[in-house]
Amino acid sequence: MHELGIVFYIIRDVKEVAEQNNVKRISKVTMDIGEVSTVIPEYLKDCWRWAADKEEVLRGCELEVNTLPAVSFCEDCRKEFPTVAHGKTCPHCSGGNTYLLRGNEVEIRDIEVYSNEQ
Amino acid sequence: MDQVGVIEIKKSVFADNEQDANALRAELKQKGVYLLNLMSSPGSGKTTTLIQTINRIKDKIRVAVMEADIDSDVDAIKIKEATGIESIQLHTGGMCHLDAEMTRQGLDNLTLENTDLAILENVGNLVCPAEFDTGSCRNAMILSVPEGHDKPLKYPLMFSICDVVVINKIDVMPYFDFDLEKCTEYIHMRNPKAKVIPICAKTGEGVDAFAQWLLDEVHEWKNQ
Repeated sequence: MHELGIVFYIIRDVKEVAEQNNVKRISKVTMDIGEVSTVIPEYLKDCWRWAADKEEVLRGCELEVNTLPAVSFCEDCRKEFPTVAHGKTCPHCSGGNTYLLRGNEVEIRDIEVYSNEQ
Repeated sequence: MDQVGVIEIKKSVFADNEQDANALRAELKQKGVYLLNLMSSPGSGKTTTLIQTINRIKDKIRVAVMEADIDSDVDAIKIKEATGIESIQLHTGGMCHLDAEMTRQGLDNLTLENTDLAILENVGNLVCPAEFDTGSCRNAMILSVPEGHDKPLKYPLMFSICDVVVINKIDVMPYFDFDLEKCTEYIHMRNPKAKVIPICAKTGEGVDAFAQWLLDEVHEWKNQ
């Protein structure tokens, strides 16, 4: 539901980078999105298509989403486990004293661009 | 010919908002204005709770309200009519939440020099508002009895960022399988420091406790 808001943030950030680097057109934006970031890649891409085509520098620009696995850590047995499969309960010792190590990223990794010749 | 290349960015899309939010908090601190971000699902009784609470504290501190909705201004009008305080409506233009920049634009329309406490009534939604720091001093949320006591399990982020959880509509508890003890336990699983205040905005039961919490918070903020 908040994917459109996130798309506006991405557009603002990549346009800024484009201006700083004398970029004429951005052909691809690659995102790193954690499995438990609450961002749904399909919705993000739908919103992206609608919003990006309204921007001259982003017309037709592809959005690639790279999904990062979510990993949690158990304080009791000091082991890691995949968050999506086990939630907050540790599969090694059944403890509940766990926290997320990674997997909630919403990051712009890089952009593929066409620059004006210097 | 055009040159093709890749520019590495490696930046969280929330980084700018966090910066804006921290700057806004510092500015509010300087001006002596306490900003509360109030969140909940649609229909939990945010506006009724606000009216009851404001009428208990408006003689002690100066309160202003910003109502954020996707459309209409019924809430801002309702607050103004029922309490007489300054109340403005913000439209999010279809967005499901407010961010720090939108909050700042809203605050620019309030007379801040005459305000001790500004309350932001965020868009009714338990998902997105939790993701975006508005620059508020504290986050509060209202969970109403008909929504069920398992909400903290389903919307973990919202409950983990709230400093206070107001449980509204406790008068209808006998008609729903709502377990207040279990709900409190689930909230504390997400955030052990969260304060839980059961109220009924319709009858006024328990509202004094929430009003007192706000008065103490504003007092502390101004005197820190």
